Amino acid sequence: MEIESKVVLTDASRLIIEGLARAGADSFIGYPITPANLLYYYASKRFSFMMPAPDEITTMQWMSGLSASGRLPVTATSFPGFALMIESVNMAFMMELPMVIVLAQRLGPATGTATCGAQGDLSLLHGMISGGHQIPVICISDFYDAWTLAAEAVRTAVRLRTPVVLLTSKEMVMTHRSFNLSELENIKKVKVKEYNKEAPYKPYQPEKNLVPPFLHAGNDKHQVRITASTHDMSGILQHSTEEALANTIRLDKKSAENIEEFIHFDYFYEQKAETIVVTYGITAAAATEACEMADDERIKVSLLVAKTLLPVPKLYYDFLSRYKRVVFCEENLNAQFARIIYGDRLPSHVSHVGAIGKMISPEDILKALK
Amino acid sequence: MSKFLNSEHLPFCKGCGHDQIAKHTAKALENMGLSPLDVIIVTDIGCHGIIDASMNTHTVHGLHGRSVALGAGIALGKKEKHKKIIVFIGDGGVTIGLQHLLEASRLNIDMTVIIHNNFLYGMTGGQTSGLTPTGFNTTTSPHGNTFNQYDICELVHKAGASYASRIIGIGDYSAKLEEAFRIEGCSIVEVFEVCTGYGVKFNPGRKLREVVEASGKTEQVWRNERPPFAAVFREKTASLLDELKTVSAIEPGPLSEPVRLIISGSAGEGVQSAASLLAKLAIETGYQVTLKGSYPVTVGVGFSTAEIIISPEEILYHGTTIPDMVIITSADGLKHNLKKIKNMKQGKLLIDASLEAPPTGAEVKYIDFRSHGDKLAVLVALLHFAKESKVVGIPEMKAAIQNSRGAEKILNLEI
Repeated sequence: MEIESKVVLTDASRLIIEGLARAGADSFIGYPITPANLLYYYASKRFSFMMPAPDEITTMQWMSGLSASGRLPVTATSFPGFALMIESVNMAFMMELPMVIVLAQRLGPATGTATCGAQGDLSLLHGMISGGHQIPVICISDFYDAWTLAAEAVRTAVRLRTPVVLLTSKEMVMTHRSFNLSELENIKKVKVKEYNKEAPYKPYQPEKNLVPPFLHAGNDKHQVRITASTHDMSGILQHSTEEALANTIRLDKKSAENIEEFIHFDYFYEQKAETIVVTYGITAAAATEACEMADDERIKVSLLVAKTLLPVPKLYYDFLSRYKRVVFCEENLNAQFARIIYGDRLPSHVSHVGAIGKMISPEDILKALK
Repeated sequence: MSKFLNSEHLPFCKGCGHDQIAKHTAKALENMGLSPLDVIIVTDIGCHGIIDASMNTHTVHGLHGRSVALGAGIALGKKEKHKKIIVFIGDGGVTIGLQHLLEASRLNIDMTVIIHNNFLYGMTGGQTSGLTPTGFNTTTSPHGNTFNQYDICELVHKAGASYASRIIGIGDYSAKLEEAFRIEGCSIVEVFEVCTGYGVKFNPGRKLREVVEASGKTEQVWRNERPPFAAVFREKTASLLDELKTVSAIEPGPLSEPVRLIISGSAGEGVQSAASLLAKLAIETGYQVTLKGSYPVTVGVGFSTAEIIISPEEILYHGTTIPDMVIITSADGLKHNLKKIKNMKQGKLLIDASLEAPPTGAEVKYIDFRSHGDKLAVLVALLHFAKESKVVGIPEMKAAIQNSRGAEKILNLEI
């Protein structure tokens, strides 16, 4: 007997690009880099507008221009490309231009191994904005996230008027799975509201939520000034006036104070557990499996799959403070998320299950829980 | 005062050529009957960039050397097609972002770039740029620049810009700027001037026209008869999900535990495609599947490995630490999986007869995969997987591979 089904064999790249497009992202600028190749390929078919750029600096500059024009641009890259983008990401952050950067991690340092996965770029994301400001980093932990969080990245970029990084890795974007499409939730197109009042427009005059209303450069009604340099609310370059520094301080607070707008995590609370496993991204599947195996062995463990990684939601600290032991599972050498949360010298109750050149297995994690 | 400017007194050193470029730009735009909000001025880092605050147009101020790319992005995205994009950049910025000028020219993006060529990096202290004439003194070449300079107009012309022109920044050249602004496509104007802060100081007695002529340059216009790049935003594109073939699963097969399979051979021999065929068949058979590819970054060289998990239940972790079955069709595949094969305590290893299996706890079967040709080895291997695993049937496997290139040669094989 045949069963009605919407089961397909797909990779996460396809779900990410479709999710971004349905949420309203309309333009894709890219340079082909492994392991973001599939994202680039799908984007060329699905986005309203797609341009191959000669390099990643050009990519981010073109995206910034598109965003300033009122478009919602996306790119997909990996560390070597992202490294080239960073000055321009700072520019887009300072200009407060909505856009999404899909960062598919691979094994570094440098060009490392292009076709090998990793979770080695979170420290970079944490420290990439001069001044220590944080831009939203949302991380995909399974194929459903590939769909829903792609759309969420677009929503966050628009709501907060900011670049957003959608973090993933090779083993997520290039792996195929059987997947039931009927389980995907409907994605609504994000509405971009532009400033439409009669009063003169000040591009960096924030509303109560610290986000200034957006208006695209080139409109017929109000002058728009956009700048990457320290500026006042009118968008005019200043050295260090009170108003200009207040703007820079506002930028530092904007993401953190709006964290409720884009906080996503899965918290599996286990009664009487004294240990919590913390993970994100590609390691979430192994961690979930490890916790199930632990349960079979009557080991009580809670699990936090963090999806909003930066700025670190305060709620995570509340969760972690309830446990005597915290085990971070992330595919790197140096417990990057743990160090962002606790600092370089990890407290004695915090440990790390890590790996490079291979995924962390459930058995690796279970061993640490015993 | 021009409606494009909010002050007669622009924020430049006395006698600076930037002042005249801004004023002639305003005059040309006014002459064209444009309003300030019809224009988006994109400025670079450098002394010229502080003009923003004096302009009544839209203004965008970006990074050093990147304004041409930023302006190109605005030109690509602009919703009001009649809006004019004008990029201001210095010779230092051009040196940093030369690629962006060539790319804008190659694509013939509809905007005008005005290069403020005062022969040096002014804002940072008078250093030599790539557009500094040979022999010209700067703070970093006090005895004369020993390097050649780029001929930027020739470069952008060769790259395909609709229009390029050189202007010696003396007198009223607003009509020449207007000519550039009226071009549909990429127009690039190089205006020569002498930096009053450093150029005059380090080159006493030298006059602008003489410096330009000594460098072998004259005022000139270049044209390419080309249409501008037209950015098209498609109204509708097909869903990527519609491309996927929905698999109609029959009731779940007999498996009660997951089967972890590794198929490995040489890149270019169809390992990943074959694995995909198997994965789809396994889904049709009612199972959940993951398919993880592993290969070097080069295409067609070295190993190609596919790790497939076929399971009656949801699969979380999709890695394979210890496989249940390994199929090796070439020496490349064997080399890449030696460790995993050695770690096997049970299961099966199907290996091409030309190879030698390493010590392993798996049951080893030597099979002639390659005698039907390199490209067919992995398809033969799939048929043997069906036989050895019983996860899928041999007739079903034959049906799944029948449209693969050359498959007709092996469909009648006795397995």
